[in-house]
Amino acid sequence: MSATTATVQRAGPAWAPRVFLRRLANGDAVAHLITLIFAAAVILITASLFYILWRDSALPRAAFGWNFLFTQTWDPVFEKFGALPFIYGTLMTSFLALLMAVPLGLGAAIFLAELAPARISDGLTFVIELLAAVPSVLYGLLGVFVVVPFVRTVVGPALENSFGVIPFFKGPGYGVSFLTAGLVLSIMIVPFIISVSREILMAVPVDQREAALSLGATRWESTWRVVVPYARSGIFGSIFLALARALGETMAVTMVIGNVPAISASILAPGYSIAAVIANEFTEATGDLYLQALVELGLVLFLLTFILNGMARLLILATTQKGTAHE
Amino acid sequence: MRARLLWRKGLSWFMLSLTGFCALGSVLVLFFILGYLVVNGGRAINWAFFTQLPKPVGESGGGMANAIVGSGKLLLLASCIGVPIGFLGGVYLAEFGGRTFSFLVRYTTDLLNGVPSIVIGIFAYSLIVLPMKHFSALAGGFALGVMMIPITMRSTEEFLRAVPKPLREGAMALGASKWKTIQRVVIPAAFRGILTAVLLSLARVAGETAPLLFTAFGNRFWSDGWMHPIASLPVVVFTYAISPYDDWHRQAWAAGLVLLVLVLLTNVISRTVLSRGISVTRS
Repeated sequence: MSATTATVQRAGPAWAPRVFLRRLANGDAVAHLITLIFAAAVILITASLFYILWRDSALPRAAFGWNFLFTQTWDPVFEKFGALPFIYGTLMTSFLALLMAVPLGLGAAIFLAELAPARISDGLTFVIELLAAVPSVLYGLLGVFVVVPFVRTVVGPALENSFGVIPFFKGPGYGVSFLTAGLVLSIMIVPFIISVSREILMAVPVDQREAALSLGATRWESTWRVVVPYARSGIFGSIFLALARALGETMAVTMVIGNVPAISASILAPGYSIAAVIANEFTEATGDLYLQALVELGLVLFLLTFILNGMARLLILATTQKGTAHE
Repeated sequence: MRARLLWRKGLSWFMLSLTGFCALGSVLVLFFILGYLVVNGGRAINWAFFTQLPKPVGESGGGMANAIVGSGKLLLLASCIGVPIGFLGGVYLAEFGGRTFSFLVRYTTDLLNGVPSIVIGIFAYSLIVLPMKHFSALAGGFALGVMMIPITMRSTEEFLRAVPKPLREGAMALGASKWKTIQRVVIPAAFRGILTAVLLSLARVAGETAPLLFTAFGNRFWSDGWMHPIASLPVVVFTYAISPYDDWHRQAWAAGLVLLVLVLLTNVISRTVLSRGISVTRS
């Protein structure tokens, strides 16, 4: 297949009119060109996405420079814009989400890849992948009517009563908070961690396990000391992917985080996130500076997820290729 | 020595059952979501929901016919953009692509897949809403279309690659050109897989809310043509859920249930019925 491709591409003398016409007539060159254009469209779209975000955030970049990222005031009336509360909120909620989702997801992935019989594993994975397909606004809906009251009446008071001395858990909780957003996010990203990690664990060669078991390791020791370390970078990749999802998640977070542009140490306090502020204020933004400040927030989010995704893909690629090379 | 062994075996047993509970817990979440939405949405849903327009604030009843049709129109527009680019790009990657350029396309596609949907919304806003000076179905459809491209493209590529080589060789040995081989042999063999990919990407963008907030915006009435703001199910769920009215909450559950059933049904059907036995021997 690749040999024929090479002749089409590198056909130096083929540009002689006659040969060219013949190639044209049987459609190969035309098909090649047309599909190439459509494939290149993806690069064009991604590039123009970045260009437009950059172009349309020129005003705040000129007005605030790097201070945009490090100041706390978000005051549309006096046109002072600082993104720190939103960046803090985004990072905080994602961190909380990972804290809860990584152990759960990794545990489930180990069960599905190592223990469960193939049929059960496939069945459960199917269900878990359905979970990933549930629209995020529905997680938000359940968040508003189930998780928020739950945090307000059960989790919040419990945390406050037992650890209220530590500033992290200081009340009073209103239900809408960093913790609530983190909880909803963790439910949303668990399926990603499970399905990617499971695939990566399954790519670990069987002889690794057999070697560990034959040396007298228990099942758990072979899994935890041999299989998981072997798949380590791929698992990190899956966590980065999930993190990128969590950072960019808009609807579910907007609905449960409380939408208060403040930095609070307590995870029971309401906050705000980058995606949420864009969703809430974009249509109401008056004045170019205000609107462009929101676009710059979009740019920050774009770059953040872009870098994370780029690293995640490379890690996953490296692990799966190493895995197949050993087979 | 004996105690040490017992401890190790016990630990192994304990940790492994813990992983089992992790898996069980994750699966139970889905059933919880499903159950909760069915109970709450089922109570609120009725025939009027599918046939009537929303009532003004304060009057109870009414439906979301406009949002259901609006979602349909947006998805149609999205497919007009997402399917050609995704499909043909996928054909390029699987059949024509060289090394470096293909890697670049593939990598960019994966990155585009990871771009937060709200950022895609800003993109569509700057590109279409700003020049036109008003929200439109077109802008919403464009945003969703961009989101469809990566999934469609990568899955098309995968399914085309899965077509066995002897099939291509057979066609070529009969004198078919490369393109004829692809067109008459490879694509038909992978057709059901590609259809699955398109359906799955449709199901994914059908639930997207964030990119529609400031492109398609929303509309409490019928929207004619493609150039006006238009209602859609996910945006309705969002605006109704955060509203202060009980009756709207009820309707948000109903709309959520409809959305969930549509998305899950598409997923289940395309994964089990369509993509079963994609192997060439059957198709």
